[in-house]
Amino acid sequence: MNLTLKVWRQANSESKGKMETYQIADVSPDMSFLEMMDVLNEQLMTQGIDPIAFDHDCREGICGMCSMFINGEAHGPDRLVTTCQLHMRKFNNGDTITIEPFRAKAFPVIKDLTVDRSAFDRVQQAGGFVSVNTSGNTQDANAIPIDKHDADKAFDAATCIGCGACVATCKNASAMLFVSAKVSQYSLLPQGKVEATERVMNMVKQMDEEGFGNCTNTGACEVECPKGISLENIARMNREYLYASLKG
Amino acid sequence: MAKLDSKIPNGPISEKWTSHKGKINLVSPANKRLIDVIVVGTGLAGASASATLAELGYNVKTFCFQDSPRRAHSIAAQGGINAAKNYQGDGDSTYRLFYDTIKGGDYRSREANVHRLAEVSTNIIDQCVAQGVPFARDYGGLLDNRSFGGVLVSRTFYAKGQTGQQLLLGAYSAMNRQIGRGKIKMYNRHEMMDIVVIEGKARGIITRNLVNGKIERHGAHAVVIASGGYGNVFFLSTNAMGSNVSAGWKIHKKGAYFANPCFTQIHPTCIPVSGDHQSKLTLMSESLRNDGRIWVPKNLKDVNLIREGKLKPTQIDEKDRDYYLERRYPAFGNLVPRDVASRAAKERCDAGFGVNKTGEAVYLDFASAITRYGEEQVHVKGLDSSDKNLVKKLGKEVVKAKYGNLFQMYEKIVDQNPYETPMMIYPAVHYTMGGIWVDYNLMTTIPGCYAIGEANFSDHGANRLGASALMQGLADGYFVLPYTIGDYLSDDIRTGPIDIQHPEFEKAEKEVIAQIDAFLNNSGKNSVDFYHKKLGKIMWDKCGMSRNEKGLKKAIKEIQDLREDFYKNINVPGNANEFNEQLAKAGRVADFLELGELFAKDALERTESCGGHFREESQTPEGEALRDDKKFTFVSAWEFKGAPSKAKLHKEDLKYEEIEVKTRSYK
Repeated sequence: MNLTLKVWRQANSESKGKMETYQIADVSPDMSFLEMMDVLNEQLMTQGIDPIAFDHDCREGICGMCSMFINGEAHGPDRLVTTCQLHMRKFNNGDTITIEPFRAKAFPVIKDLTVDRSAFDRVQQAGGFVSVNTSGNTQDANAIPIDKHDADKAFDAATCIGCGACVATCKNASAMLFVSAKVSQYSLLPQGKVEATERVMNMVKQMDEEGFGNCTNTGACEVECPKGISLENIARMNREYLYASLKG
Repeated sequence: MAKLDSKIPNGPISEKWTSHKGKINLVSPANKRLIDVIVVGTGLAGASASATLAELGYNVKTFCFQDSPRRAHSIAAQGGINAAKNYQGDGDSTYRLFYDTIKGGDYRSREANVHRLAEVSTNIIDQCVAQGVPFARDYGGLLDNRSFGGVLVSRTFYAKGQTGQQLLLGAYSAMNRQIGRGKIKMYNRHEMMDIVVIEGKARGIITRNLVNGKIERHGAHAVVIASGGYGNVFFLSTNAMGSNVSAGWKIHKKGAYFANPCFTQIHPTCIPVSGDHQSKLTLMSESLRNDGRIWVPKNLKDVNLIREGKLKPTQIDEKDRDYYLERRYPAFGNLVPRDVASRAAKERCDAGFGVNKTGEAVYLDFASAITRYGEEQVHVKGLDSSDKNLVKKLGKEVVKAKYGNLFQMYEKIVDQNPYETPMMIYPAVHYTMGGIWVDYNLMTTIPGCYAIGEANFSDHGANRLGASALMQGLADGYFVLPYTIGDYLSDDIRTGPIDIQHPEFEKAEKEVIAQIDAFLNNSGKNSVDFYHKKLGKIMWDKCGMSRNEKGLKKAIKEIQDLREDFYKNINVPGNANEFNEQLAKAGRVADFLELGELFAKDALERTESCGGHFREESQTPEGEALRDDKKFTFVSAWEFKGAPSKAKLHKEDLKYEEIEVKTRSYK
């Protein structure tokens, strides 16, 4: 199929960006979206145009590095996929596709479609861990049985890939879904409960300092999350935060 | 250089590690604060090593090329991690894990290292649970296990099909804790360009900031390479797009021997190639072979109808199906090791039984598992067992709970529903057992330079068993390197900070800049991918699942020619002081073009078949790999001598004192 692509081009974080239009022909429906971008970049290079910069690595939907805003949706029109797993069969011959970076104050553009999401790392560094040393001198792994339902819920929260689709989708650029997933994972497990109070306070504080917006419960993040992280986690984090605040 | 010294401690195998730990030198807590360690790579090995070294008190600088350490490709490991916990009471033990791993590696790995790996495996599970890694549990709240290829016990711990993700995020969280405490300085989007060796010791690295192109010098008392494997030398592999050999190759060129480069794992269950646009291949976890049955039609007539779209696989009768793994290997069936399963798939496809348009695919079928689980569920719930639809529905739910994310991934890529029709799969390059040669302490032949995880060679021999890579990465990073590195660093407590103005830093930096300038100033017309794809094709056709003398000689010549053309006709757009993916890729492909040749040379030299290395000249009448223990019970360790063609072979003889070397049989 033949497509018209409108792509955000921005040389670096300081320069002003704008949309550029490119044509691409003979796109196979079996291509992934990023493979289509590879073909476009090869084409641009033969024309002497700088190839489009975009983040990507594993190309199997798990590393969380790819991050495009396609036709107004994070990771494009398909549900429960990252951009790398979006396939061109979701588009039609003659379509015009608009491709932008994930936009948020806390995610400055580095170049074209590449953004800086290190704010997420800093939120995790503020408390996204269990304070246990890695000596291996812990108790036996089966010493504390964990209710299967809690373990499963913790796992579901832990499947967040840190891509930032929730932030890019939210009209307030809130990171609540991302932060709450980590807070929930640990608060559901006995190993994480011990420092739950400090964790939620520190992570929320860092989240605010990074310039993420507030949550107004629109639920858009959940819809666009490629891993289906549930809004339930935000509710759980709010409870944890309230409890921590009252506890002082 | 002197004879290779593996530094394996004396004593009985089960006591070597304990007694070694008890005897090696330590660095006091106060002195650790005076010592800097560089870690390159943040996968399971690099992240766990960084966290532990920082926790011990060293000043750690960690580098990754991705935008966050959490992206490292360990994240994509699906199936699980082995540990000799014997929670299932099925007769597992440290010895049995040790034995299975040695046998699985086709008797080409180092006994002492593998035994240590089996010993510390149980600690890994304890550690990860303490960190909040949400492994799968049963209804009693205890940890669940499943079985993997090449073994007869259930020792694999898992978190659905995302075990690597959960373990890596665990190690990442341990790192984050240390970054927050200021003990690790993390450098995202930084690529290691070279190592700096001063007076024979690793003293630092040169890096390039991938955002602004800045070349930086970093000094340290030791350098740890944890940069993963080199499967991307094949262009198409299950590795991430950015996975590369450059860190390993750079240290090789500065004195680190490269071991067994031809030992590559071709994984049997990957999604087949769909066209020329293909940029990477996606694995379908080996865990699926617990429940999936692999087959092709028995009759070529059915194969043709399937290819023409006139027949569906579900319409083929049981009696007309060839479950070739169950037929050939009744004892292990669908759970034979990966090398065996891959070759068996190739054999059927070469004989014309491949089931997709290209003839390079076989079926992985869940229908009987769905029925089996469904029947179990109706029995447990006391429901009507004659209701076929109910059985199927309940069976699907069980399969979904076990492998849901893998089935979803398959459906998104192939656009077919694997609950209703069998998956199509074909082997693809997945893992490299070969890597930087290391001694028992995980030190390379450059003093002060270490290699851990997939980047080294030591534990998997000629074939890695499933769920062993995660185990090795974390064993090296959490429990081995942090001890052994102290033995070396205890001599460095008076050294003081490394001077990055030293002429060796100057020289290394100049060379890095010169290579970048050469790429950018070249006015060729071919893109980096053009060369990478060509190299990949040479490697797959001539150094892939089966190799022969003629093909390997041809491959060497073709790679040499391609490399020459690369330097003449490469086109790298943009400039050095910006975010420039093409430039970064050019440097990586340049290294692959050298490694590829050494790979082929190593495969040519090893005229036996073993594990994943199959030389057509050396096979049994049934077509199984035929080892030549008299001539080849050694590790090939290659020393760089100016060019891959001039590399000098050193041999580390492998001694099997605990395990009797036998013909590997899974029949």
